[in-house]
Amino acid sequence: MTDLTAHDPAEDLLPLHHGDVRLSTYRPEAITSLMPLRGAAIAIPDPGRAEAMLGGLLLWSGRNQGMLLGPPPANLDKVAMTDQSDAWTILRLEGPGVDQVLSRLTPLDLNPAIFKPGRTARSLLGHMNALFHRRDAEIFDIWVFRSMAGSAIHDIERAMRGLAARQTL
Amino acid sequence: MRIDDKGLIDRGRPLRFTFDGKPIQAFHGDTVASALLANGIRLMGRSFKYHRPRGPLTADSAEPNALVTVHRGPRAIPNTRATVQEVFDGLTVRSQNAWPSLRYDVMQANDLLAPFLGAGFYYKTFMWPKAAWEKLYEPVIRRAAGLGALPGGADPWQQEKAFAQCDVLVVGGGPAGLMAACTAVEAGADVILADESDRLGGRLLTEDTQIDGHAGYAWAEAMAAELQAKGVRILTRTTVTGAYDGGTYGALERVSHHVADPHPDLPRDCFWRIAARRCVLAAGALERPIAFPMNDRPGVMLASAVRAYLHRWGVAPGQRIAVFTTCDDGHRTATDLSAAGVEVAAVIDPRADAPPGAIRGEVVSTQGRLGLTGITIRSDGGLRQVACDALAVSGGWNPTVHLTCHMGARPTWDATLATFVPTADAVPGMSVAGAAAGVFTTSGALETGRDIAKAALAALGGRRVRIHIPTADETPPRQIAPLAVEAPDTARHRAWLDFQNDVTVKDVRQAAKENFISVEHMKRYTTQGMATDQGKNSNVGALAVLADATGRGIHQTGVTTFRPPFVPVPIGAMGAGGTGAGFAPERRITADQPMRDRGAPMIETGLWYRPGWFPKAGEDWLAACTREAAMVRRSVGVADVSTLGKIDIQGPDAAKLLDFVYTNTFSTLREGRVRYGLMLREDGHVMDDGTTARLGPKHYVMTTTTAAAGQVMTHLEFVTQCLHPEWDVAILSTTEAWAQVSVAGPKARDLVQSVVAEPVTAETFPFMACGTVTILGVPGRLFRISFSGEHAYEVAVPSRYGAALWQDLVARAEDMDGGPYGMEALNVLRIEKGFVTHAEITGRVTAFDIGMDRMISAKKDCIGKDASRRPALLTDREEMVGLRATDGGSLTAGAHLFGLTTPLRPESDQGYVTSACHSPTLGRSIGLGFLRNGRARLGERLRMVDHLRDQRCEVEVTAPVHVDPDGGRARD
Repeated sequence: MTDLTAHDPAEDLLPLHHGDVRLSTYRPEAITSLMPLRGAAIAIPDPGRAEAMLGGLLLWSGRNQGMLLGPPPANLDKVAMTDQSDAWTILRLEGPGVDQVLSRLTPLDLNPAIFKPGRTARSLLGHMNALFHRRDAEIFDIWVFRSMAGSAIHDIERAMRGLAARQTL
Repeated sequence: MRIDDKGLIDRGRPLRFTFDGKPIQAFHGDTVASALLANGIRLMGRSFKYHRPRGPLTADSAEPNALVTVHRGPRAIPNTRATVQEVFDGLTVRSQNAWPSLRYDVMQANDLLAPFLGAGFYYKTFMWPKAAWEKLYEPVIRRAAGLGALPGGADPWQQEKAFAQCDVLVVGGGPAGLMAACTAVEAGADVILADESDRLGGRLLTEDTQIDGHAGYAWAEAMAAELQAKGVRILTRTTVTGAYDGGTYGALERVSHHVADPHPDLPRDCFWRIAARRCVLAAGALERPIAFPMNDRPGVMLASAVRAYLHRWGVAPGQRIAVFTTCDDGHRTATDLSAAGVEVAAVIDPRADAPPGAIRGEVVSTQGRLGLTGITIRSDGGLRQVACDALAVSGGWNPTVHLTCHMGARPTWDATLATFVPTADAVPGMSVAGAAAGVFTTSGALETGRDIAKAALAALGGRRVRIHIPTADETPPRQIAPLAVEAPDTARHRAWLDFQNDVTVKDVRQAAKENFISVEHMKRYTTQGMATDQGKNSNVGALAVLADATGRGIHQTGVTTFRPPFVPVPIGAMGAGGTGAGFAPERRITADQPMRDRGAPMIETGLWYRPGWFPKAGEDWLAACTREAAMVRRSVGVADVSTLGKIDIQGPDAAKLLDFVYTNTFSTLREGRVRYGLMLREDGHVMDDGTTARLGPKHYVMTTTTAAAGQVMTHLEFVTQCLHPEWDVAILSTTEAWAQVSVAGPKARDLVQSVVAEPVTAETFPFMACGTVTILGVPGRLFRISFSGEHAYEVAVPSRYGAALWQDLVARAEDMDGGPYGMEALNVLRIEKGFVTHAEITGRVTAFDIGMDRMISAKKDCIGKDASRRPALLTDREEMVGLRATDGGSLTAGAHLFGLTTPLRPESDQGYVTSACHSPTLGRSIGLGFLRNGRARLGERLRMVDHLRDQRCEVEVTAPVHVDPDGGRARD
């Protein structure tokens, strides 16, 4: 039991709806970074991929680096692990216009034939660094640093509003 | 004058807008220019320099003359091309660069001075006296010249930026572009088609062309619908503005310029960055005016523009229209006008083989103050006057080669076509079709559009397709005679080349005479092509004049450099979203809100916001800071230090990595202990400092300064990826995962013990110990380290608990005569202790300079070690010292140090102050600074002079540690 109250910087600001797109947060049970050392029994998915493993979903997030969504695994031999649960805010953007909104903020090629469901990528979101994960055709999880969550929401909302307003044309 | 049954405007949707306050009737589909011409208004602007009355020259985005301001107040948009702006009900249009009115402009007096205001006038005239340039000449000239005025104030419009990717980008939606897009999408390519206009068709909308037996515009409309259905992304009102490296193109979409009362979130423009594997440039061609005397009167316009107004907008720009042409296109204008029932006053063609019915001659002058009333023709029969209120001019066509030249290529002169055509492979991945390639027929455009797209697709590996080429009712091949027609260019009979910047044939000849014979020099001397239209109508004409004046061919004279953007792009669109909260990401610490609630000003530290101080009633910053610093020395203070970089380092070679990047040794650090470390760059200068804790046999946590967290992470990546990829080590930032709070002061242990479950004693947590503990029920970490010189701890919990922990600790501290402290007090405490920050380790100082040379271990190698041993970095250096005011004055950071009696000259400068504060412990102003050979000069008195703030005081040189030099308080 703790006497301390947990706080999430995104929870006061979300969810948001503009046009046919919704922005909310997704809070997994835990996020654990995995970086296999020499002789490790596991390997990180190939760049841009995600794989169900270790009781959760392991997302490629960088060179020899993955983020495991799900219950924290027991210590894995020869794998450098850190608890990253509080390091990231995962913003979930969903709706038919999700690619349009993101195209205002990231140079990634979001063409669904190229960036397929299940894929991940590290890229820019406006001025900040983010991890993109397409959950489904119309659902994106956007991982940003916790401290920047407010700015990320501000930038995404601006893009959402601009596109929603285009529907008035 | 509106022509019945002509035009693509919607006569069922009349609307009204105002021009200089006067109501104007128009129809949906009109531009400002077409509507004004329909209402008999030719005068739409004043020129830049001479304030000459001007009307539209074109019907497109190349327009140099008809620039207006649309909208009112802070939303006003100056320099809007009347030929591009679509009208809507309630639009406000104002003329610009004229006072008190467009018709009676006081500044037209400039025109009388024209004989004195030619090329190079300013350079020659405003030389003396020197001071007058800034104070007198420039303000006056700037006031007199210029186009529209900015509304002032922050831009209230929303703007947008967007990225797009595609296989094939088609630039231009005319016949060539439509065929290219059609071919590409049939072959399975992902296609973006961008066109400047609000509808596709290009010249098909402005000519009387039939395709497959249908009106050209109808064919284009059907094609547009078909392309849309097949998945082509069609961007209308979008101009591709630049070609850049790697197949990237800039494009400006005018999103809501045509909308009355746009939704407040609707962007005005969207600046696109399009990454395309291939590009088909089908941007068409721009018609050339002819430089003949007084060719700038309202009513003189391009022959193609006259046809555009007639066919697209159902407008005849005059009642009696004359045509002056050096190519067949002008005759087409005469034919179309006659067919529409408009009187053609005369057709003048200087070519030897001018068609029958035309006058073989030249226009040598024009009449009409605010609009054309007549022209003077010189022919075999001598001079004669012809009354007319519009003159259609054609000097041939220039393919729109601009985008092909954006990466350094120059176009190629084609003597047969008498024009510049794109050079092959000028931009990697781009090929050119239709008129942009010098193919001036509609059937040629259709055919090259298909063929060029096919070739592009072959390169992409697209599937082969068969595409039918529709039949266009053919116009005869164009004959373009050699360029400009010139007649005597005198002060009273000036022949304009560049309408927007008021550059005449005489100016170009003057430039050549003064030896500005390079086309680039001529351009800058005369300002030809340097206005907002970038000389689209005038560049080729001007260099033809220059070629003639210098006795060279046009191909030898060459063209000036074509640079993006093709049309003006508002800075607001390129920087869309970059104002206010969108300027830069804000990094907020976990206790941000409770700190703001306490009235703490949050100060930017890089992207982070940290509390400056926590004011109590009536306190200014200094009082609050002084109280907080004294509080820490007296009882206990709580400060957030979460922004420090935290890097988790694991693996068998973790210790090797640390030994290599730090000057001192970490492999010998025991588990559960922390050590201070210093990091050098390759060049031997200090990069950063911080503490690193050993949590396990193969597990360390490195702490960096807030400012250098990113730099250190990059450095470690470089070392592990490039210098020692064989090392088995994993590094990852955990900065964001932890909230960390410093608890400092004589009562720190009591406070920490009250929240930590495990015993915190001198034995369990001696100075520089660390460990995993339970903090108010939460698993966390405890480090006994001090940046204040006091007995101190840093308490770390997962970020979600950061705000709660800070509030809890502050409440407990306040019960113990303590409380929170901010960045200012933190800074005072570290200056008193002589601890460095990036105020000292600026990147130009060495370990030797800051007195830490002995931290560079002799027993091992480290990055920067050899470089730091260079003799120049070890002798006669500015060394870090402490400084104390001796005369009650105040030190200021940035001030310089001089001997008490030496003159205040740069060469007698002894050093400088890097950090300064009022020390509550010592009761006076103290600081840190760098002094030439300073460590040997302790006790010396110096003069501190801050020239910037005009502040001086006398200082004593001391050791850097002002308070508790033996460090007993931190160790107790």
